[in-house]
Amino acid sequence: MSELTYPLARQRPFDPPDELAELRQQAPIHRMTYADGHQGWLVTGYAAARAVLADPRFSNRPERMHPPIPARLDLTKEMREQFRVPPGFFLRMDAPEHTRFRKLLTGQFTVRRMKQLEPRIEEITGACLDRMAASGKPVDLVQAFALPIPSLVICELLGVPYEDRDQFQNDTKVLVNLETKAVDAIAAMQRVSAYLYGLIQRKRAKPDDDLLGGLVESGELNDEELTGVAFLLLVAGHETTANMLGLGTYALLTNPDQLALMRDDPSTVDNGVEELLRYLTIIHLGPVRNALADVEIEGRLIKEGETVTISLGAVNRDPERFPGGDHLDVTRPAGSHLTFGHGIHQCLGQQLARVEMRIGYPALLRRFPGLRLAVPPEEVPMRSDMSIYGVHSLPVTW
Amino acid sequence: MKITADTTVCIGAGMCALTVPQIFDQSEDEGTVVVLDETPPAEQEAAVQRAVTLCPSGAISVS
Repeated sequence: MSELTYPLARQRPFDPPDELAELRQQAPIHRMTYADGHQGWLVTGYAAARAVLADPRFSNRPERMHPPIPARLDLTKEMREQFRVPPGFFLRMDAPEHTRFRKLLTGQFTVRRMKQLEPRIEEITGACLDRMAASGKPVDLVQAFALPIPSLVICELLGVPYEDRDQFQNDTKVLVNLETKAVDAIAAMQRVSAYLYGLIQRKRAKPDDDLLGGLVESGELNDEELTGVAFLLLVAGHETTANMLGLGTYALLTNPDQLALMRDDPSTVDNGVEELLRYLTIIHLGPVRNALADVEIEGRLIKEGETVTISLGAVNRDPERFPGGDHLDVTRPAGSHLTFGHGIHQCLGQQLARVEMRIGYPALLRRFPGLRLAVPPEEVPMRSDMSIYGVHSLPVTW
Repeated sequence: MKITADTTVCIGAGMCALTVPQIFDQSEDEGTVVVLDETPPAEQEAAVQRAVTLCPSGAISVS
């Protein structure tokens, strides 16, 4: 039995746990003991991670997975039925079931479509910064900037009333919290689903000119499937970019030379966003896959039924792919990071996230050239307890 | 260099259109890859190669 269990505790706020770097030095893939005793695998090497994520012989269906960490262990057999993947939640489906949903949506998230949103995202960002300037200092940058921008954008795009955000923002936090009990996660899932189901019904009765309205109109999906799709897009659309904006700003504030480049050199911004995505890798746990057949990866035989956990944080620091990758360097070619994943599940909303960050960081830094932490760096509360890493809050002044 | 694209494999991530917009676009309806120039000029070949590497689904290849 392997002595290795999944390391989650970070020694420093921006670096993955040190154990992962040590493991990566030894080999790209390791035997690991899962929370239920399963003997599975941990991937820490870049090439191995790409190979697993691109291979259709690895499933993403949750019922096949063994838990890499002891979370939600109160899950009983009866609860498992309630905890199943909602219809339409295509992130956790395999092809060809997954393909049907993805193809319905990809046209809505193209590079061109997302570029067309730029003026509106600039407007939303500007309004947040205006309110922040007027509010007096210090402010919590998460509440004033990092969370509202992507939330407003995804709400408008999907057609979810932003005033209803209390119906899903708190429950999203419950769902991504690694310490949440299964019983509470199920309740949170049911509350958000009930809200979205009601919203879909209203759109069915009175068609709206937004993404969800369009999906309703298309007649391709039933209301349960539409609810699952809406759930996935809403949660994925605000929690992720919000944490990149929060954690990214914190990282820049502690690396003033990098901050200056992002603020003063527009030609650095696009690549700088990729480097922040790579360096910070806010996916704190996983992705996790399960082998549908025996597969050889980097000389190790992964047997059918075995679970593989990929540490994207370790993978994105692999010196074979990113030499000197433990340093933040916004001029480094970082485009091939795996933060958005790889293979058929690569993030659907990644081009939206890019636009939001390419607008967000420089707008913030130019509006408040004197931006700085309002607390000692070690007092910034880190989201070590969440599956999406970041800062719980970021007190700043200027 | 000759580019081949397989829209049945493509998942519309947009990495090609992001990396070399002169050569790749995405269709309006499904967002899948559209090759604007199957035989790209020499100065674009390195960028096209990068797009092939970045493609998450292996939908584009060059020969």
